[in-house]
Amino acid sequence: MSTLTLREAPPERLDLLHINPLSLGALSQAEAERLEVGTSRRGVKLGDVFTVSLDRSGTLVIAGGHERLDRVGAALSEGTIVVEGDVGQRLGAGMAAGSLTVTGRAGPYAGSGATGGTITIEGDAGDYAGGAVYGAKTGLDGATLIVRGQAGDYCGDRMRKGTILVGGAGAYAGARMIAGTLAALEVGDLPGFGMRRGTLVTGRHGALAPTFVETGSHDLVFLRLLGRHLRALSEAHADLLARPLTRYSGDLATIAKGEIWVAG
Amino acid sequence: MSGVTSEPHPMSDLTLNGIRVIDTFAEAFDVAGTAIVVTNDTAKWAMIAATTMTGFATSVIGCGAEAGIDAVLGPDETPDGRPGVRILLFGFEPNGLKDQLIKRVGQCILTCPGTACYAGVDGPNKIKLGGAIRYFGDGFAIAKRMPDETGKERRYWRIPVMDGEFLCEDSVRAVEGAVGGGNLLFLGRTHAETLKVAEIAVEAAAAVPGAILPFPGGIVRSGSKVGGRTKGMMASTNDAYCPTLKGRAGSALPPECGVVLEIVIDALTSQGVAESMRAGLHAATAIGERHGLIAVTAGNYGGNLGRHHYHLRDLIAPAAGQEG
Repeated sequence: MSTLTLREAPPERLDLLHINPLSLGALSQAEAERLEVGTSRRGVKLGDVFTVSLDRSGTLVIAGGHERLDRVGAALSEGTIVVEGDVGQRLGAGMAAGSLTVTGRAGPYAGSGATGGTITIEGDAGDYAGGAVYGAKTGLDGATLIVRGQAGDYCGDRMRKGTILVGGAGAYAGARMIAGTLAALEVGDLPGFGMRRGTLVTGRHGALAPTFVETGSHDLVFLRLLGRHLRALSEAHADLLARPLTRYSGDLATIAKGEIWVAG
Repeated sequence: MSGVTSEPHPMSDLTLNGIRVIDTFAEAFDVAGTAIVVTNDTAKWAMIAATTMTGFATSVIGCGAEAGIDAVLGPDETPDGRPGVRILLFGFEPNGLKDQLIKRVGQCILTCPGTACYAGVDGPNKIKLGGAIRYFGDGFAIAKRMPDETGKERRYWRIPVMDGEFLCEDSVRAVEGAVGGGNLLFLGRTHAETLKVAEIAVEAAAAVPGAILPFPGGIVRSGSKVGGRTKGMMASTNDAYCPTLKGRAGSALPPECGVVLEIVIDALTSQGVAESMRAGLHAATAIGERHGLIAVTAGNYGGNLGRHHYHLRDLIAPAAGQEG
């Protein structure tokens, strides 16, 4: 298990895009310490802020997090990263495979564009968790994103594929969804705003857009498959499907192939 | 394949459980095969869907496909936790199989209340199933991708229908190495007794996983030969085994034989055909003496048409692991 131990608060935002088990495995300790991670002309290197201990294993632990650590695990393609603490924006953005766990909070855009693997945030997540960064075509794109705490607004915005599980989400959860599944114990106002396809499951929601129409209660085979899938990830979210469910179809302002299931 | 037999075989000294076994072989063919799992809220309705879909599927020549029920599945054996049935479907070649699969699922599974349809076997060749039937949804169908219990991604189509949704897996798989046309012929004295022997053979042969017997109750009485005296006939009655034609030149039946019934076996693997034939042969001969069974033989075309030859001599030995 390789370890990066944060010695002090970073003097600036750090970009940890290339800091993962695969890339560190090819470097010596000294080479790793010289990796540029700063985002200003100061030229901050990995060894300037972290105590580096490498063993070429597939697991990297970042001991001591900070909200200035951006793009942690972004483009991860194999192996495991565990952050003991908080992270900044774009956690696991574009990640293709592997496992990424944050024990603290994450900033905005966690899991944006991630095509595979599992991202777990034990604390809260910022806005646009699993959502698209400005100008991007898609948010989460096949990966699994689990937020044990609360996610901010626009959770799952423009997500295209994959699964998001959140304890709670703010307004516009699943906005502009292209496809995929988002399950939240509760969401804020206007869930699924502008969604084209996709499934949103929730226990409680704020104001619903008038472009969603109730279709009633349905005992569908699909819900059994979804229940099995969710149960492997979170009992609490799977339990939502065991309750009486009301289905809303929408967003009728788009192609309206999306759905919101509300557990009673 | 329908029941097929060849030139009369010289009798030999092979015996199993005191019953004469002719030293010949069944000739079988490479076919395209697939399996699907059909589920429903109740086992009764899963079976209704399955029997409807596997109807009129005795011979690939006349029906376009050969199909049958491989196994009844409990709720813990199906993807959605409901009772189900595993169906096997065989065709001459992949395109014909695909055509038949889509037609049969479209007409018999899609139409049946409460039914869902999943791939029942893994294999190298993809057949688009839900991805084709979804057009019935007229643009309202929804695709959903989810991992199964093994973590493998599967894609389903949810097609709006009048009882809710028809859920159908996007594609199923056709296996390589499927074989159709394994067979056994039972030469008996009376119809009732020979039918009993054939029924017991069917029960044993069908119990082999991955094997089906597509004819009515697994049994065919109209075994055929290639061609016929009437111009244009691709196949005609197997006169050598017709008891009313005994005594003529070419008859293969001993004087005491009054009835011949055949079982035909298709399986996803060649080994499945062999094991199914072995099970049928042993079960039939075990009770044969009590039911007037005279001999057991097999049908072939002389060995030149089918790549797979199942010699009864080899099947007399118990299956591996069953000795003693």
